[in-house]
Amino acid sequence: MSLLKIRNLTVEFDTAQGPFRAVDSIDVEVSEREVLAIVGESGSGKSVSMLAVMGLLPPTAKITADEITYAGRDMKAMSDRERRKIIGKEISMIFQEPISSLNPSFTCGYQIEEVLHRHLGLKGRAAKARALELFEAVGIPDPERRLKSYPHQLSGGQCQRVMIAMAIACKPRLLIADEPTTALDVTIQKQILDLLMGLQEEYGMGLIMITHDMGVVAETADRVSVQFKGRKMEEADVLSLFEAPQHPYTRALLAALPENATGDRLLTVADGWEGVQ
Amino acid sequence: MSVILEGRDITRDYIVSAGFMRGAKTVRALHGISFSLEQGKTLAIVGESGCGKSTLARILTLIDPANSGDLIIEGEKIDIATRKVTSDLRAKVQIVFQNPYSSLNPRQKVGDVLTEPLIINTDVPAAERRRRAEEMLVKVGLERQHFNRYPHMFSGGQRQRIAIARALMLNPQILVLDEPVSALDLSVQAQVLNLLKDLQDEFDLTYVFISHDLSVVRYFADEVMVMNAGEVVEYASRDEIFANPQHEYTKTLLAATPVADVDKIRERVARRKALFQKA
Repeated sequence: MSLLKIRNLTVEFDTAQGPFRAVDSIDVEVSEREVLAIVGESGSGKSVSMLAVMGLLPPTAKITADEITYAGRDMKAMSDRERRKIIGKEISMIFQEPISSLNPSFTCGYQIEEVLHRHLGLKGRAAKARALELFEAVGIPDPERRLKSYPHQLSGGQCQRVMIAMAIACKPRLLIADEPTTALDVTIQKQILDLLMGLQEEYGMGLIMITHDMGVVAETADRVSVQFKGRKMEEADVLSLFEAPQHPYTRALLAALPENATGDRLLTVADGWEGVQ
Repeated sequence: MSVILEGRDITRDYIVSAGFMRGAKTVRALHGISFSLEQGKTLAIVGESGCGKSTLARILTLIDPANSGDLIIEGEKIDIATRKVTSDLRAKVQIVFQNPYSSLNPRQKVGDVLTEPLIINTDVPAAERRRRAEEMLVKVGLERQHFNRYPHMFSGGQRQRIAIARALMLNPQILVLDEPVSALDLSVQAQVLNLLKDLQDEFDLTYVFISHDLSVVRYFADEVMVMNAGEVVEYASRDEIFANPQHEYTKTLLAATPVADVDKIRERVARRKALFQKA
């Protein structure tokens, strides 16, 4: 069943040089139990389209779409109040910089209990117990002590685990992960990806993985959407994308991977694709 | 082939505060690092954050002194703690930093960025400085008219080209590259890596390439040194490290690096299909 469906989404920002189209008629669809990877380089609009759905863009952004539905409900027609009930509870998001996404003035425990209180009405001892459960679920060592820690006392990988604990606190049906491992070391990246995929499989969540890393795509996605300069270039299931990429841009992107170097030179996107254009 | 850069048992301690009223504590960032590098080759230093790879870069670039051990450049023992770094020495080793957004002064025009090393270390006249800087811009894939522009007018990849050009202005023999492509997009990364290879061939440069990305290292390096917590855990040729890693930590790193391998994807897709069909 389709969980989130977006048709013809366009996001524009006003700049001194006239309107800038960050996202240009993008379609996104993700079902339950499915992992969709949105892959692209910086400026491809991969984060902006998801921020638009979450209502996290500044009011200066002009968002138009033919359809944004979540589980059959029209999100465009929703009031802010109704939307806020869904966001953070049924749809939640984790961001790239775990340390800056947490509030430095409050303990990790306080921040996770706030989510539990806001969306599930849990308070006091019940909230504490659930927070502890969540910290255990995401594999934070010594969870009882960590609940009382401030974000600066944790490492980047642990902060990302706290963010994931907050994101799954209400058992969301859809999780949007915006470059969740970009700021982390490879061994920590592996742990976090394993954790996310484990939770996805356990809860049967839909997961949208926004990334620029083809390796991460290969290790997580069921379906892949490739974006470039705000437009969708290609969408395919993960195996076909890596086996037989259709679009010249996708081919160029795969050729630029160091492990695909032919001889002594790497093909660049400029060699392979701007020429085709 | 002659050995151009050698390290023998290099250590480095940092003195940090142990807390209020508690005096100082010593942290050993490097525990005796030894290596030797031949001219025209690339040594990759691999490790995770905090393993000491940037500390080592600062010692090799003669920014910080080592606490003990020898640093030998072209057969000559260098100790910057007791002797000032001469301009000749400074010209031999140069560095390119990770983040081209913070390693260029936003108030300095590109031309000034490139000519400054010449002003400080040589007595080349102004007209000649400008000529050399413009030539260097062309060499790294930029244009002569970029001389009078400010860094903010360039993209990340172009800025990294400027940083590379600056490092090459003194005709160094050794270039320390501290994560030169990790802040760049995939396609731009490929361009910068190609540029670095071309420059290495043209000037017979020796590279110390610091990275945490094993797929880049596999493409770029001749020799690989894997570091963990200030120690070298494995040091071998690229082919040996990737084909037959000896140390547990190297194996962990290799296993953690995501690869876009079709067979692995097929396996994963099949496993997930089976899992969700059961449910």
